[in-house]
Amino acid sequence: MDWFKRKKESLKAADKKELPDGLWEKCENCGEIIYKKELEKKYYVCPKCDHHFRIGYEVYVSLLFDKDTFTEFNANILSADPLNFKDVKKYSDKYKATVKKTGLKEAVVTGSAKIDGREVVAALMDFRFLGGSMGSVVGEKISRAVDKALELKAPLIILSSSGGARMHEGIFSLMQMAKTSAKLARLDKAGIPYISILTNPTTGGTTASYAMLGDIHIAEPKALIGFAGPRVIKQTIGQDLPKGFQRSEFVQEHGFIDIIAHRHELKTKISKLLEFFAHKN
Amino acid sequence: MREYAKTTGIELDDDINRLEKKAKQLRQEIFSKLDRWQRVQLARHPQRPYTMDYINGMCSYFEELHGDRYFADDPAIIAGFGMIDEYSVILIGQQKGRDTKSKLYRNFGMPNPEGYRKALRIMELGAKFNKPVITLIDTPGAYPGLGAEERGQAEAIAYNLFAMSHLPVPIINVVIGEGASGGALGIGVGDRILMMENGWYSVISPEGCAAILWRDAANASLAAEAMKVTAEDLKELKIIDEVLKEPEGGAHYNHAEAIKAVKEAILRHLKELLKIPVERLIDQRIDKFSKMGAWIE
Repeated sequence: MDWFKRKKESLKAADKKELPDGLWEKCENCGEIIYKKELEKKYYVCPKCDHHFRIGYEVYVSLLFDKDTFTEFNANILSADPLNFKDVKKYSDKYKATVKKTGLKEAVVTGSAKIDGREVVAALMDFRFLGGSMGSVVGEKISRAVDKALELKAPLIILSSSGGARMHEGIFSLMQMAKTSAKLARLDKAGIPYISILTNPTTGGTTASYAMLGDIHIAEPKALIGFAGPRVIKQTIGQDLPKGFQRSEFVQEHGFIDIIAHRHELKTKISKLLEFFAHKN
Repeated sequence: MREYAKTTGIELDDDINRLEKKAKQLRQEIFSKLDRWQRVQLARHPQRPYTMDYINGMCSYFEELHGDRYFADDPAIIAGFGMIDEYSVILIGQQKGRDTKSKLYRNFGMPNPEGYRKALRIMELGAKFNKPVITLIDTPGAYPGLGAEERGQAEAIAYNLFAMSHLPVPIINVVIGEGASGGALGIGVGDRILMMENGWYSVISPEGCAAILWRDAANASLAAEAMKVTAEDLKELKIIDEVLKEPEGGAHYNHAEAIKAVKEAILRHLKELLKIPVERLIDQRIDKFSKMGAWIE
């Protein structure tokens, strides 16, 4: 009866086309092969399906701010590894390797910049650095950015791209939530605008602190935004999650996002908001 | 043995004393050598005093208040007015259940967003009527459920941190058992952070950390060691203000003694805090949290 059986060919992983010299990029969503230069010009939004690729802070710098106006501050704060943490690897080694690999020093870059001529203070998180996790340095840099916004009386923008708190710094990471939130409350009392931009992903302790404390919440389309991760929730409730669960559109529908903005209109939207805030009656 | 000695009239006092002394010595020996994971398990001991036990033990008057006035009442968080000796205070804490039914009812002490919103609503009543706030922390985490996400678990916690940082009355936080992550911190911003000797408090549960970093939750004991989650650790790291000594063998051995220790500490700190002008109190509170962290520059 052997001829009854279909010979099973083992499934091959979808062809990973080796793209020559990194000239082309494949869209994670629709599979479209895109010329890299084209993708760069479009700020990493797929020209076919509008999928927003995850991007580093430097792309946001060029996307959001007037040319050559971004001045970084506190660039050289590094984690002190307060717990002398070690899992399978030492945190300090992992940290050093990440710095070397990414060329970044931490998961957030802060500075001042101009948007259509208006001064702002900004904190841009970067997922490439240990999943954009929030530890002591992220908390401290964001706190200082808030202080700077207070000092300059300039609007604050925080762009989140983070899996949540950094486990390797234990309780210190947790306390950064309280620290940044307390500082933001000070900013709030001073009547200075704070715009929170939520990109894919913004979860855990980051969402449960500064990302959800903006005067205005702007999300990029289809970004994962939530407290617990989808896998944990699925395990807890033991059933499949509804389609689009924890995506920007879902979170907006439930009342926590003011605006969903396509990456290409992000700057214009923010600029208009800043103009509106600054307008005197 | 004591009963036997009584009924038979045989003199056994010496032996009893000797054995009791030995038991005490052994207990002290064991408890002085507990590792971090064992402490975590003590913090979860099913006979440990829970929030309501502390409230009942400390207060001459308590009226529980319900609901967030938006969505629902969350039984995982208890909030209300109480009198501790001559002080009228707001009491808030996560509540765990003892049997299956009450565990389910209390959702194992895992609050939903409406719990955090209720907590803040009652704290704001405290601000309005000048009542200090006491929070008792004992939670395995904020509930990671579908509805919790839909109703904004993250926003509810974030807003509590934001508002508690500026609440114009003294706030004392006491970690009485488990302090798991944002679920604990959601009622954990204050002027003093006290912690029971056998409590644990960290950014994630040891199991959660192990599942992610070791890819196996069975390594929880390693994670507990690495994250330094005990009261003693957090005192050394200057996160908490005071470790509250538990009765020998742990709080579950002697509820009354544990409650007495918590009450004494609360009253002592309350007296200090009530002397500080409100503006300064808030500045000090923000400074306290601003200093937390470790970095090199």
